[in-house]
Amino acid sequence: MNACAAIQLENVTFGYEPRTPLLRISKLVIEAGRRVFLYGPSGCGKTTLLGLITGVLKPQEGNCIVLGKEMTKLSAPARDRHRGSEMGYIFQSFNLIPCLSVLQNVALPCRVHKLRRRRIVHSTVTQEAVHLLTRLGMEKHLDRNVSQLSTGQQQRVAIARAVIGRPNLVIADEPTSSLDSDSRQIFMDLLFEFCNETHATLVFVSHDRSLMEKFDEQIALNEVNRTRL
Amino acid sequence: MTILRLACASLRSRMFTTCLTVFSIALSVMLLVGVDRIQQGAQSGFEGTLSQTDLVVGARGGSLPLLLYSVFHLGTASNEISYDSYLHFAGHPAVQWVIPLSMGDSYHGFRVVATDNNFYEHYRYRGGHSLVFAEGAQPEGIFDAVLGNAAAAQLHLRVGQKMILSHGLEGSFLQHTADPFTVTGILAHTSTPVDRAIYITLWGDEAMHLGWESGAPPLKPIPESEIRQSDLHIKTISAFLVRTKSRMSALFLQREINTYKPEPLTAIIPAQALEDLWSVLSAADVALSLVSGAVLVVGLLAMLIALYTALNERRREIAILRALGFHIRQIFALFVLESTLISILGVVFGVAGAYLLFFVVGASVENRYGIPLTMTGLSVRVACYTIAVVVAGAVLGLIPAIRAYHNSLADGLTAQ
Ligand SMILES: Nc1ncnc2c1ncn2[C@@H]1O[C@H](COP(=O)(O)OP(=O)(O)OP(=O)(O)O)[C@@H](O)[C@H]1O
Ligand SMILES: [Mg+2]
Repeated sequence: MNACAAIQLENVTFGYEPRTPLLRISKLVIEAGRRVFLYGPSGCGKTTLLGLITGVLKPQEGNCIVLGKEMTKLSAPARDRHRGSEMGYIFQSFNLIPCLSVLQNVALPCRVHKLRRRRIVHSTVTQEAVHLLTRLGMEKHLDRNVSQLSTGQQQRVAIARAVIGRPNLVIADEPTSSLDSDSRQIFMDLLFEFCNETHATLVFVSHDRSLMEKFDEQIALNEVNRTRL
Repeated sequence: MTILRLACASLRSRMFTTCLTVFSIALSVMLLVGVDRIQQGAQSGFEGTLSQTDLVVGARGGSLPLLLYSVFHLGTASNEISYDSYLHFAGHPAVQWVIPLSMGDSYHGFRVVATDNNFYEHYRYRGGHSLVFAEGAQPEGIFDAVLGNAAAAQLHLRVGQKMILSHGLEGSFLQHTADPFTVTGILAHTSTPVDRAIYITLWGDEAMHLGWESGAPPLKPIPESEIRQSDLHIKTISAFLVRTKSRMSALFLQREINTYKPEPLTAIIPAQALEDLWSVLSAADVALSLVSGAVLVVGLLAMLIALYTALNERRREIAILRALGFHIRQIFALFVLESTLISILGVVFGVAGAYLLFFVVGASVENRYGIPLTMTGLSVRVACYTIAVVVAGAVLGLIPAIRAYHNSLADGLTAQ
């Protein structure tokens, strides 16, 4: 096992229906601390690949080592725990749980996972969340209902939740596609800033190739995926 | 713990539907528990009205009517019994004490009961409590009267005031104007029909009816001052209560009274007669419980519908929770917990509501109809109801939970 690899997929085959594989990847390695841009046409299986990396999905064949753990050998609850404590995830939109306030949403990963709670710099989880939200310019919205935020604001809150408790891997699935260009710029800057600070590996999925140059590495899924070959 | 907090937050965010479903469950629990409590309360109220009395004796007739009119002042005596028969059994060697009762008059809707001082001395209720005077003392003269607590309060009568009784029950226009009674005592509160009665002496009852033998007022009423006790001859009473020296002798005495040759009499054991009453009432109790049960089913179904229809909107929420590292079984637990919380809230409010209902209804039933109701604690039956409702709520919660589980399994992180 490569000690520096955050993500290492080997001979992985996955299909929602086992007979028709959607992904067949002989090797995919993402080094720790790298910022990776993953792209490909709609429906090519980008989100599905993220599902395999996070352990929500289990490949039919192959090995999937993420942050030092062989996901295929872990039990389902162990995979969930690994995901929750070591990975931050940002969706395209609607990242926040509607019944919780902004602050509660951000604090949630630390409330659930001891590992993330241990890695906070401030003395309490709430203080940590407030600090993050303040840096994101969200200090006026701490106790607001998430439905009252604009999409750009929601995505910024999502960054705070993804990076609180310093997870080693941050995954973003088309997080900017519902933002206008200004918000997108702000979002990207903030995301990079936080990931650099925590030295987290960043896997960023997007259609938007204009963002591509900012990343250390670009991966076209169709080139890695051998189902079509 | 986090799951519990999430469930609470989720319920709170859907305040309106949560309140509605909690309300509908609470309503049915309230009915279910309320019916049970009122039935139990009536039972213990009735049973508590009379204690240490082994036999109730009256004219030949049904045991339940005898018990109802003599002790609970409900209905009327079919026939009188002769005073001689009463004296015969009062002097019986097996008898410890007797309390004679003579009914037939009323005062502003309150029953007038003629008795003697044995009543104040020996009458026991709720397992050995004896009558206590809140004011004044027991009657000494012919035209003295003692008022039950509620009667005194509602009639605004104090010790020393006079009252004119009316002849017969409810709404009679014939009045014993010639013979006003004086209040000499007011009894303390007992929560039994005693509270709503007016007690006079047998002599007083006889005296005010002097010349009324035909059933109509005498043409020339005899004024109070001219009546002497030695002139009076008590001829009949309505019933009497008997305490025997031993439980065994009660059974023998009952047979002896029932076969008493000079006059057809009925002697009943109060507890047995009450059993008859409960068997009559249990059918109504069952019917009411069935209705409440049906309401409960509707309430639980309303909850199921509310949770189930919210499922689709919550697919995204579930995907977020999964991304945050929640296990799929925790998602399942979240949904079961929500329905369980709703039913627990429903039960808590329902039981509280039932007691409130009991408090309100109980007081007015007692005041208006004189049916004694006692507040009783949580019974095994109520405990069973509450547990059953919570379990039913949790089980129904399985349906949306299973659906959420499958949704989440299929969606993974893709639900957008
Ligand atoms: N939960 C699922 N069950 C069955 N099939 C699925 C599921 N999720 C996705 N698919 C199918 O798998 C294929 C890849 O889907 P995926 O979401 O990974 O694509 P994507 O590259 O993320 O596309 P997009 O850029 O539009 O987000 C699609 O054909 C989709 O229909
Ligand atoms: Mg996708």
